[in-house]
Amino acid sequence: MRLLRELTFPLVAVVAAFVVGGIFVLLVGDNPFRVYGLLLGSALSWPDGIGYTLFQATPLIFTGLAVAVAFRCGLLNIGAEGQLYIAAFACAWVAIKLGGVTVQATGGPPLSSPWANLPAVLLVPLAILAAIGAGALWGAIPGFLKARFGSHEVINTIMLNFVAVAIVSYFTQYHYRIPGDPILQSAPISEAAHIPRMGSFIPGLPERIPLNVSFLLAIIACALVYVFLWRTKWGYEIRATGANPTAAEYGGISTGRQIVLAMAVSGGLAGMVGINEVMGYRYRYYEGFSDNYGFTGIAVALLGRNHPVGVFLAALLFGMLQRGGIFVDAFSESVTKDLVQVLQAIVILFVAAEALFRGSFGRFGLMKRSKV
Amino acid sequence: MLELREITKRFGDVLANDHVNIRVEPGTIHAIVGENGAGKSTAMRIAYGFYTADSGDILVDGQVRNIQTPHDAIRLGIGMVHQHFMLVETMTVAENIVLGAEPGSAAALDLDRAASEIRALSDEFKLSVDPRAFVGELSVGQQQRVELLKALYRQARLLILDEPTAVLTPQEVEEFFQILRRMREQGKTVVIITHKLSEVLAISDDVTVMRDGRVVGGVKTAETNAAELARMMVGRDVLLRVEKPDARAGDVVLSVRGFSVTVETGHGGVRDVTFEVRAGEIVGVAGVEGNGQTELIEALAGLVAPERVHGRVELEGRDITHAAARTRRESGVAHIPEDRHRRGLLLDFDLAENSILGDHYRPPAVAARAGVLLNTEGIRRRADEMIRAFDVRPANADLPARALSGGNQQKLIIGREFELKPRLLLVAQPTRGVDIGAIEFIHRKLVALRDSGCAVLLVSAELEEVTALADRLLIIHHGRLVGEVDPKTATHEEIGLLMTGGGKQNAE
Repeated sequence: MRLLRELTFPLVAVVAAFVVGGIFVLLVGDNPFRVYGLLLGSALSWPDGIGYTLFQATPLIFTGLAVAVAFRCGLLNIGAEGQLYIAAFACAWVAIKLGGVTVQATGGPPLSSPWANLPAVLLVPLAILAAIGAGALWGAIPGFLKARFGSHEVINTIMLNFVAVAIVSYFTQYHYRIPGDPILQSAPISEAAHIPRMGSFIPGLPERIPLNVSFLLAIIACALVYVFLWRTKWGYEIRATGANPTAAEYGGISTGRQIVLAMAVSGGLAGMVGINEVMGYRYRYYEGFSDNYGFTGIAVALLGRNHPVGVFLAALLFGMLQRGGIFVDAFSESVTKDLVQVLQAIVILFVAAEALFRGSFGRFGLMKRSKV
Repeated sequence: MLELREITKRFGDVLANDHVNIRVEPGTIHAIVGENGAGKSTAMRIAYGFYTADSGDILVDGQVRNIQTPHDAIRLGIGMVHQHFMLVETMTVAENIVLGAEPGSAAALDLDRAASEIRALSDEFKLSVDPRAFVGELSVGQQQRVELLKALYRQARLLILDEPTAVLTPQEVEEFFQILRRMREQGKTVVIITHKLSEVLAISDDVTVMRDGRVVGGVKTAETNAAELARMMVGRDVLLRVEKPDARAGDVVLSVRGFSVTVETGHGGVRDVTFEVRAGEIVGVAGVEGNGQTELIEALAGLVAPERVHGRVELEGRDITHAAARTRRESGVAHIPEDRHRRGLLLDFDLAENSILGDHYRPPAVAARAGVLLNTEGIRRRADEMIRAFDVRPANADLPARALSGGNQQKLIIGREFELKPRLLLVAQPTRGVDIGAIEFIHRKLVALRDSGCAVLLVSAELEEVTALADRLLIIHHGRLVGEVDPKTATHEEIGLLMTGGGKQNAE
């Protein structure tokens, strides 16, 4: 019941966004019903529509959860983008270095020689841990800076995004790219590090669709985040720190430690995007792979009210829009896939407007609080 | 002068004002009393145009007026002084007063003219406020007079004062009342919102009593008494005195030696205090707010950075001077903080979650010391028991703490801290913003805890409260303990003098 009530406003926001988006479609001279039919129809068709929608949603679930966990601790993690790049590279690196892959320079010593050639049972968990660990570490840095020196996490996470991209570009370019490869990408990872595509065990779903078991990981992550935040003492401490740091201190909670922990968990979740990308989709580190997943994650968390269930649903919606947008682009004369951007933007506007109304800034919020 | 007729105002589900009728006669001091949430501030904010009523009329000088904004109210000669002052500390008195009503042409601000006008007003009402002084350098009492001047400067004929004495010392209250009487002599009308019955009886001509958004009575002050007003406010008979047997003090529980707390700004803090609290006694600390009480309690609770704390604190013989808050709690130090919204509660968390704050990491909240999963059912069950035992209303552990009134929030905190079965209870302003009915309850609980052998250190700005509860009373001024009195025999004047630094100890 409570959940239902919580979901009411986001639903209203989505419907309202579609209405406003429809007006835009009318203005550019197309029929909104046709365009929306195309959008939803293509996003929900079986198997391609649903397969790609869920595939698009997977990274957004991870980044949405990442932003939500940080937010529950009162932190705005704008750095999921950098965290997932570092994590994806770390994931690929482990799957190359411990997967027996040699990156050979033409006529010279190898650029990178493997340290080991591990079997899948070892390599898969290690590569997953590498992604989570690297993301966590990258996330913990701005957390530590905030806890120790009080520097603002928004600034530091934004800045660290640039640092992350630069670092992984450098290593990809000079150490792990196959010489002569026109694309800035690493050598392929060991096959032992591949994780199965869902098509390999779901009848009727072709394996060419890149939806892979990391989608199941994302569902598990939602459940774990819920348990962590609401059922463990650590989650209690994180939420208490976010809700009222001075009261948390009063309750004997070290708020600095919670900030570092929350940012590490957040970064680790963002890092799991690397599993989907590297181990389940492209099987290599591919420069610039992220379609702004880290930033869209902020919108997903906002729409999902920083709750795992909400994040899951919001990510599905955004995944649908991404998938359907491609078809709108292709099959409508006047409407391009920018419509998707417009819809997303309007959803966020409405959700944010609601926060203004009910939150502490709004006139109504203020009036509600100062009763008598 | 002012009349509210059938005023009704609803905030969401809450009916804040239900057909309220109040009639304020010109040239009188009219008190509006009621518990928190009774709707007295709402009614007056409607009269001042801060809120607009859903229905009902406001009459000024017998005519129905449409007051939509404070601007409208000011034009009609109504001024309001809020509980929290609205002053810019870095500006002078004159600048603050003219703010929003600047004299002179659009381009040039004529501050000199304003200053002389303000001085004239100040002299007329004997406020002794220097228009050139910076507000930040004034005492709280003087700042309040600046607020009064602000209203007078805008030619207010009716002044609405919201809980004006909450921030004043006993002496300042007396001076303040003199000012109000002078204003009445000059033909001004004053409406004073308060919950302190002694003040109502001391200053007002008429009283309106409100309860649950309704006016439950209007009487001439001369024809009533405290017991009757309290009964009207609460709806039942209330015990206004604390009944307690003499303390049977046991061993020393808290020993504080040469204790200082420095503050970043250099002013304030605690300076070299030494005292003891024994098992089974309540030691009160009286003082004007901002004289180090806050720092004292917070430092004893372990909430002040260790480098700012000097001296030695022992709990039952063990040194806890620099112990962490959690360690202290584990050794039996409970703490009812002065600001329950800032310190004591997670307002957006439900009551069950609030009931474990501070003990959330150890059994019974988790299964074992090393346990991680919260035992939500057990927490809920114990929260329900706590809610019952401490009469928290509404009795629903799923509600966010924000949904409760101040008194019920406080009862929840007290329930949580009592659950600890503390050896030492640090308690600050236990009944601030709490209804009379709940005050009685809280006082009884504190005395019961004392009688069970707990040492209690009590800080309160309410002189009535500390003298009624404490077995020994220490007076703090500028961070120093300037005297100890027997609360049973000391008069308020004597204590008030010590509180303002006028005591003999200070002359050393």
